[in-house]
Amino acid sequence: MFKATIFVTLKESVLDPQGVAVKNSLHSLGLENVHEVRIGKRLEVFLDQVDRKQAEAQVQMMCEKLLANPVMENYRYELEEVS
Amino acid sequence: MHFAVPIFPGSNCDRDTIHAIEDVLDQPVTAVWHQDSDLKKFDAIIIPGGFSYGDYLRTGALAAQSPIMEGIREAADQGKLVLGICNGFQILLETGLLPGAMRRNDHLQFRCSISRLSVENTQTPFTLGFSQGEQIRIPIAHIEGNYYCDEETLQELQQKGQIIFRYAGENPNGSIDYIAGICNERRNVLGMMPHPERAIFDWMGSTDGVKLFTSMLQYWKENNGAA
Repeated sequence: MFKATIFVTLKESVLDPQGVAVKNSLHSLGLENVHEVRIGKRLEVFLDQVDRKQAEAQVQMMCEKLLANPVMENYRYELEEVS
Repeated sequence: MHFAVPIFPGSNCDRDTIHAIEDVLDQPVTAVWHQDSDLKKFDAIIIPGGFSYGDYLRTGALAAQSPIMEGIREAADQGKLVLGICNGFQILLETGLLPGAMRRNDHLQFRCSISRLSVENTQTPFTLGFSQGEQIRIPIAHIEGNYYCDEETLQELQQKGQIIFRYAGENPNGSIDYIAGICNERRNVLGMMPHPERAIFDWMGSTDGVKLFTSMLQYWKENNGAA
């Protein structure tokens, strides 16, 4: 079995209003040196699959077709074998 | 003119949309569960607003993978009219039937109010009853209506007349170029954040949504003989 840890983040050119709101709250905490916050998603996907190459292909496919929106998001993943 | 209104788990404007078709157009309308993919007998499809699949992952993303989307894509390919309202617009973006994507409102608030729109293109099946530049009032109700596309796509939308509605005056969500509604190049698929089905009687505060529905019927009659 494989575990894919997938990180989906907004592209740099896309404004993240949630990140801006969190940044402002950090400023309220006195952390005036915080100049940017970007919020993304982390997904854990467990795959019944013995072949690493195939697992990788499947993870790539799910990212492109569903988990990330290529118009405004980027993704990357880590793949590890788990028992 | 037989309308289909697809229903997803979490749709909540489906009844209002069905009412609008019955009350304004007096035409047959059928609610279709999202597991059905055969929409051949219908002449037009209106994807209603709401929160399909609880807006999990991204608004419209999970609905875009439903079996019914196959039928909707087929209908769009055949030139039938497809209208996506609010969450319906988000679903059309996620399926790729319309370009771009939806972000959270720039102020992070859910906005529920009557918005002023300007009709930017009347050469479409959805707006032929309006006059160019006409200012209308249609309610919005969303937290995720901040339309986004890259610069190249925006220029294409502008040049090809695909921006159908713009917010007039205040931009309620931060959308690029004040965009409230866009159509595809062929102009048979329209997505819009405002809710025309909520502007069909005086007691609703506006009747400006009526012309959108009557435009669709008029277009269909002109292309298919009498209803």
